[in-house]
Amino acid sequence: MKDKHQSSLSKLVAKLALAVVGMFAFGFALVPLYDVICEITGLNGKTGGRYEYQAETVGVDESREVTVQFAASNNAGMSWEFRPMQNQVTVHPGELTEVTFYARNPTGKRMIAQAIPSVAPSRSADYLRKTECFCFTQQVLEAGEEVEMPLLFFVDQAIPGDIHKFTLSYTLFDVTQNFAGRDLSAK
Amino acid sequence: MATGHDDHHHGPAKGITRWLYTTNHKDIGSMYLWFSFMMFLVGGTFALVIRAELFQPGLQFLEPNFFNQMTTMHGLVMVFLAVMPAFVGLANWMVPMMIGAPDMALPRMNNWSFWILPFSFLLLFSTLFMESGGPNFGWTFYAPLSTTYAPSSVTFFIFAIHIMGMSSIMGSINIIATIQNMRAPGMTYMKMPMFVWTWLITAYLLLAVMPVLAGAVTMMLFDIHFGTSFFNAAGGGDPVLFQHVFWFFGHPEVYIMILPAFGIVSEIISTFSRKRLFGYDSMVYATASIAFLSFIVWAHHMFTTGMPLAGQLFFMYSTMLIAVPTGVKVFNWVTTMFKGSLTFETPMLFAIAFVVLFTLGGFTGLMLAASPADFQYHDTYFVVAHFHYVLVPGAVFSIMAAAYYWLPKWTGHMVDENLGRLHFWLSFIGINVLFFPQHFLGLAGMPRRIPDYALQFADFNMLSSIGAFIFGFSQLLFLFIVIKTVRGGKKATAEVWEGSHGLEWTVPSPAPYHTFTVPPVIK
Amino acid sequence: MLPTIKKRVNKLWSGTVLMCLAALLPALGLAAEVNMPRGVTAISRDTYDLHMTIIWVCVVIGIIVYGVLVYSLIKFRKSKGAVASTFHHSTKLEIVWTLIPFLILVGVAIPSTEVLSRIYDTTESEVDILVTGYQWRWQYRYLSDEGEEVAFFSNLTTPQEQIQNEADKGEHYLLEVDEPLVVPTNTKVRLLLTSADVIHAWWVPAFAVKKDAIPGFINESWFNVEEPGIYRGQCAELCGQLHGFMPIVVNAVDRAEYDAWLAEKQEAAAAVAELASQEWTLDQLVAEGQGVYTTFCVACHQANGQGLPPAFPALTGSPIATGPIEDHIDVVLHGRPGTAMAAYGALLNPVQLAAVITFERNALGNSTGDMVTPVEILEALAAE
Repeated sequence: MKDKHQSSLSKLVAKLALAVVGMFAFGFALVPLYDVICEITGLNGKTGGRYEYQAETVGVDESREVTVQFAASNNAGMSWEFRPMQNQVTVHPGELTEVTFYARNPTGKRMIAQAIPSVAPSRSADYLRKTECFCFTQQVLEAGEEVEMPLLFFVDQAIPGDIHKFTLSYTLFDVTQNFAGRDLSAK
Repeated sequence: MATGHDDHHHGPAKGITRWLYTTNHKDIGSMYLWFSFMMFLVGGTFALVIRAELFQPGLQFLEPNFFNQMTTMHGLVMVFLAVMPAFVGLANWMVPMMIGAPDMALPRMNNWSFWILPFSFLLLFSTLFMESGGPNFGWTFYAPLSTTYAPSSVTFFIFAIHIMGMSSIMGSINIIATIQNMRAPGMTYMKMPMFVWTWLITAYLLLAVMPVLAGAVTMMLFDIHFGTSFFNAAGGGDPVLFQHVFWFFGHPEVYIMILPAFGIVSEIISTFSRKRLFGYDSMVYATASIAFLSFIVWAHHMFTTGMPLAGQLFFMYSTMLIAVPTGVKVFNWVTTMFKGSLTFETPMLFAIAFVVLFTLGGFTGLMLAASPADFQYHDTYFVVAHFHYVLVPGAVFSIMAAAYYWLPKWTGHMVDENLGRLHFWLSFIGINVLFFPQHFLGLAGMPRRIPDYALQFADFNMLSSIGAFIFGFSQLLFLFIVIKTVRGGKKATAEVWEGSHGLEWTVPSPAPYHTFTVPPVIK
Repeated sequence: MLPTIKKRVNKLWSGTVLMCLAALLPALGLAAEVNMPRGVTAISRDTYDLHMTIIWVCVVIGIIVYGVLVYSLIKFRKSKGAVASTFHHSTKLEIVWTLIPFLILVGVAIPSTEVLSRIYDTTESEVDILVTGYQWRWQYRYLSDEGEEVAFFSNLTTPQEQIQNEADKGEHYLLEVDEPLVVPTNTKVRLLLTSADVIHAWWVPAFAVKKDAIPGFINESWFNVEEPGIYRGQCAELCGQLHGFMPIVVNAVDRAEYDAWLAEKQEAAAAVAELASQEWTLDQLVAEGQGVYTTFCVACHQANGQGLPPAFPALTGSPIATGPIEDHIDVVLHGRPGTAMAAYGALLNPVQLAAVITFERNALGNSTGDMVTPVEILEALAAE
């Protein structure tokens, strides 16, 4: 009797302990899960990665216009000058467009920056196709160096008809510490 | 069947080693209860410091950074060190007796579950004396305020949370193992007392979500010390991810803090109405529904973060839905009293106040569920009022009710009814003066977690602070009552209360050190 | 005779209770000062209506539930001889009181969904403003397709003496700023919200707009103010020690006035660039710097420069403020990573930077006689 009780107790406790470990793992699984959901839904205005543009397959929809506003911000402690060279552009869906962002490192030290894009309204994020973006890689600027960084993109034709304007904002972060000693020249 | 242990008629060991090494569920229950009472007074002191500063506009006593430490510590201590351990203490004392078991399934782990708690409190409390100060980012510790911008004591905070989490997890494994494996023959699940049912469900909730909290603070630890970017946009992460992970734990957590209360109130109302709990089966299903639903409502804490419309609507609907089983429980309690034969001893006073005031908290909860309206309530004193109504006249009153209800069984003495009644009315009045005006402060535009406020909020803040001091000091009366009852009073019978039913009322008062060493048979 | 008197007293008591309850109901609506404001936008009014609808639903349910409860407490007391019935379940009743609340909730969910859908429609805005939360102030940037960008910080102007209870508190204590957000009435204004550091939240109750400002991401909200006026709000997400001290003030004016204000601001932005290169005297810079110091530095370094060590060092006699000028410029421009000292090079224009550094070196108990000009700041920024 006691043994049977003991064994069923041990089994139960083992199962419960396994459940605990499983839920701990689930907590960490939420991280990639969240990323996947963000990409699928464009949650938080998170944009996708590099998009391969094939002019033949993407026709330009001349009947519609969408205005893309640009904004540039610095995260706290980031002292670079950073601004879009055009405040906004008006494009046809499917039309590949290039804009530039200006950046300058005013300090006396080499610095590395990461630009993080975000789109509002977040449901537009899905339809912003970037084929070339300075946000794909870290940006290295020597002391005093300045640069004009390109952004090549088009607005996907499938964008909902009621969206005539959306805003693409970049936040510039100082990631010099994170990449100290790493060779980023290959990128 | 009986263990050889009981053939030696020795009582508990003597001295401090009794308490350090005990594996007895009654001893451990008592330690949990005393610990949680001390923590309630500590957390309450932090609250009085807060309300003293908020008594008038302007900064009188505190630096804003220290005020933020007070609000943070008040929340952490009350949630993790007062309310939760109190319910665990009640479970330890009562669950084995209620199911006719001699002790908990894993008595040695039970001892550990308790003793790591005072240690974690000291760890957390010590941060207040560190140079960087203690945690100042709210008990909900959102990133990056709690990561990149945290004081260096944050690492100690993280370890304290890990330890408190481990205590809860071990306690829950124990409770589930006890209830599932050690019920007396004949006690089927649908014959268990409601307190046992609510704790069974609560224990499963705890097992499911405490590890997720552990995950969240581990991610924080990694972001702070090991250069990861879970919550940092610069590295591809997202501060809002923190909120999702936290509230995935956080919402079930608030149900963890209320389900045992539901069980206690069901026991007490039934006893003092001299009538069986109305709708027992329904009550079980409603509790289980609440537990399931609690997993899919979490983002109602995040309505202002900018979720897509579909997500916002989903969480609004699921949150409204959870009102249904909760309402069912309230209706069942009221119907238990309807056409009963009621007396109003102190436990019943607290239980009735619970039903009235928890329901009021439920109403403001429904208001908060409506997402557009929530845009006006979120992060204001309206929310503070809501959750304090469900937690203080909710969870805390149920713990006091349980103490008044079961003290005769624990100590063998009846509680002085006049003193108990006085404690009740002082608490009832104090609590309403303290929290009711806060609804209006929120509606009028006062945000939460601020040490100073605009002049139009002055009168109600002053009123609220007065209520706080009334309520706070009344708990010293409660301390006096508990000590007085431990030390003496009118002798209690086994049955104690006229309408009581259940195995715990078949053993003598005070309950012997070992009970149900031979399991009773339930018909 | 006694039972009859007791019956009458009971009736009187129940009657009084009911009358009090009845009096409370209209009082709820009358208590405007303590209720949510109706606000000045269509959305704010709809939000208020939704709020009141749900309150009334709760009042009705409350009357029923509390009514049965109070009735039971009075009628079924053992001391009055009540004997307990034995019924303890009714499936029919459980179904009824599950279904009816469910239907009531559907009734509440429908208007909630409708209002929410309108709140989420941010399309066709005429004015777009980027709002950035900082520790501990808001920055407003007017996005436009052309012209000089209009951008400014909005700082709390309530003096420390009022906060420290050394002076009487003004009417708009803690809700006043130097530069309010100016918007046109009857225009759909879209806000883009982000943060430079931790999560903040922008809230103006009169518009029923509250949205989180999250670092690295932009959020969106919109409002259309129907009545000109000044509307005040506060940060609504714990963001550190001065969370309670970063208010929002919006000045809604008619379109013509807004256009004029915007044009004036654009000219001023262009003028700052010129200002930087003009001739400054030490006294002019110190005077200018006093204002900058009071707005941006006082909360931590205190009005007398004594600071609150160890978190906030004193400036009086400090090696930075009395030592090499380059070090002083470096700390102010780039901050001190790992501390609360922010990089003001990104927040202030060259005139402000030069002025505050000059002020710190010639006031607060210091008297170095050093002067830093805006041109020197520009040069420092260009090439260390």
